[in-house]
Amino acid sequence: MFTRVGLVGCVRATWAWLRAASGDDAYERYRRHHGACHAAVPLMGRREFYAEEQRRKWSGVSRCC
Amino acid sequence: MLKRIAGVLLAVVGAFALGGIALHRHEPINALWLVTAAVCVYLLGYRFYAAWIATRVLKVDPTRATPAERLNNGRDFVPTHRAIVFGHHFAAIAGPGPLVGPTLAAQFGYLPGTLWILVGAVFGGCVQDMTILLLSTRRDGRSLGQMARDEFGPVGGFAALIGTLLIMVILSAVLGLVIVNVMKHSPWATSTVLATIPAAILVGLYLRIWRPGRVLEATLFGVVLILLALVGGGWIDHQPQLRGLFDYSGITLAGFIIAYGFCAAVLPVWLLLAPRDYLSTFLKLGTVILLAIAIVLTHPQIKMPALTPFVDGSGPLFGGKVFPFVFITIACGAISGFHALIASGTTPKLISSEADVRLVGYGSMALESFVAIMALIAATLLDPGVFFAINSAAGVVGATPEAAVHTISAWGFPVSVEQMRALAASMGEQTLFARTGGAPSLAVGMASIFGSTFGQGLLALWYHFAVMFEAVFLLATLDAGTRVGRFMVQDLLGRVWQPLGRTSWYPSVLLSSALIVAAWGYFLYIGVIDPNGGVNILWPLFGISNQMLAAIALSIATGIIVKSTKPRYALVTLLPLAWLAVITSTAAWQKITSPDVRIGLFAAARDLADKLAAGALPPERAAVAPQLIFNQRLDAWLAMLFTAILWFVIIDMARICLRRLRGMPLRVNSEAPYRASQLQAAVAEGPP
Repeated sequence: MFTRVGLVGCVRATWAWLRAASGDDAYERYRRHHGACHAAVPLMGRREFYAEEQRRKWSGVSRCC
Repeated sequence: MLKRIAGVLLAVVGAFALGGIALHRHEPINALWLVTAAVCVYLLGYRFYAAWIATRVLKVDPTRATPAERLNNGRDFVPTHRAIVFGHHFAAIAGPGPLVGPTLAAQFGYLPGTLWILVGAVFGGCVQDMTILLLSTRRDGRSLGQMARDEFGPVGGFAALIGTLLIMVILSAVLGLVIVNVMKHSPWATSTVLATIPAAILVGLYLRIWRPGRVLEATLFGVVLILLALVGGGWIDHQPQLRGLFDYSGITLAGFIIAYGFCAAVLPVWLLLAPRDYLSTFLKLGTVILLAIAIVLTHPQIKMPALTPFVDGSGPLFGGKVFPFVFITIACGAISGFHALIASGTTPKLISSEADVRLVGYGSMALESFVAIMALIAATLLDPGVFFAINSAAGVVGATPEAAVHTISAWGFPVSVEQMRALAASMGEQTLFARTGGAPSLAVGMASIFGSTFGQGLLALWYHFAVMFEAVFLLATLDAGTRVGRFMVQDLLGRVWQPLGRTSWYPSVLLSSALIVAAWGYFLYIGVIDPNGGVNILWPLFGISNQMLAAIALSIATGIIVKSTKPRYALVTLLPLAWLAVITSTAAWQKITSPDVRIGLFAAARDLADKLAAGALPPERAAVAPQLIFNQRLDAWLAMLFTAILWFVIIDMARICLRRLRGMPLRVNSEAPYRASQLQAAVAEGPP
């Protein structure tokens, strides 16, 4: 996703970076991974996934001075 | 070849910029010199020193599978592109520390701070972050505490836990104090900061209920809300009947912040903490980029001298000589032990190749250090007289504006009451005198940079934008610190009575949150009632504790390097460790034993007790004196505890190194066994 050229490519790459860095595409990534590796386990819904992710993210040190 | 030419060019430009700084010693210098010198130093450090450490000392191996690949679960262990890991890691380590520390250290002049930020980062902070990141990556993303237990045994691990818990308490208190000093008797700032709470809650509802997980949409919505809050605050400030509702004293605001901290710790994360964190991250990155652009566009003159007379220890912001206190004050912009907690936790689980640790570990810290340089520029471009008038507490320069300008002008930094009044009016504030803590003067500096770049007429708006940015940022760290502290208290309580260790059991949540909030709330309260501003005591204590944590991290790294490669390579972590041990111990020693009441905590307590006994204090000061005396003694004991933990860990590290050098048996290496990476092989072969 970082190899496209041209203005449109740059904008797309930046958008993809922003989505990935902010976690906006986390659910899509999870769904892809789930389809590829854990098809036997039931797939979480978007809401359930988000709640679960947040619980996990906030149980350790996540912010610095 | 091209890379070599670029390297040489970089060295020449860097040398030229540093030479420029050295030769301009007795005339005002342009901020662009500092920016250029800093960027060249970071790039050189990254290109040569970091690359050497990565290949020779750490033996970074791109063919080795990282935990993200081996344990990939699509959630916390995910192989991620290095540009994204860099973004994540930088957002997590960038806190208010590099903004506040350099501002306070500017009392020594711009030179000591600049030098320590550059040298400390390139040889200390960046190396620590990269090394811990790699060591944790090789150990399935183990935390610093777990690594301390693995290397030093349970006692060393316990020392690291107690040290971290105390840092959370001191850090939260000092951040709370900084926020109080920004909002004190400022209806605009107070109403704007208050409005960010419902804004965060709305974003939380958006993310959880209305459009789950749409982070970017929600953040955009939140940014619009807080900008409305900013403009709304300005409107409230102009309504005589409304502004009184948001005009509070420091004590009341401290009460609000303590209550808020408790609520934030016990409410579900998704409602307040997580959305505030998203907003704070975006605001932080946006503002830092804006500031960098504005500094390059306006290239302001630095008005602070290279060195002020206060290098002798008589400074108004905090007492103590330039050595060791500049190193204690600028903690986060040069080296921060706290980063080791992030570098051993979330980030290693995302690294897709060991080769990425140089960019993510070393690179993020270099950028963080650059933020510190920008904060230093924003503080030193103010007239020194104005800088000292904003940052000196009433107890130091005098309670009335006339007394304050008299004292400060007598130091050789001319400033007048009219000048301060006009400045306050242009910033939309009633007064800027004695707004200690660094944040208000940083906001004035930022507002003047933004004002001259994007329109002078909006100075008041820019000032309050900077204030809101700082407050959101500080509160996000305070919330997160409280929450982590709560988990640690629960961990400790769980050892006494098991049910208290259950993180989801509500009585335990309430009890542990109350304990941690009470702990930092106490230091916050004392800081607010202290006529010397409180920051002068709390910030050095925070610096000492943060450097102690860095020393623990570097000890772990040194121990592991000695065990696993040529012992002399351990110098890369041993030298910064030795320097930290020297400055931290010297600073703690002076804080404990100095007879100077502005430095020595016991001396200050004794002095105040004598004055109280002799009846020499005015009644309002006599009323709070017993609390201040108790607190100064407590702080001195804390400084002793930090030093004891520091030396305990260092001696343990030395014991391990000696055993290795004598060929005696050691604890088993906790590194995960080598497995060849499929991911990197796939990349090397190219796309199918």
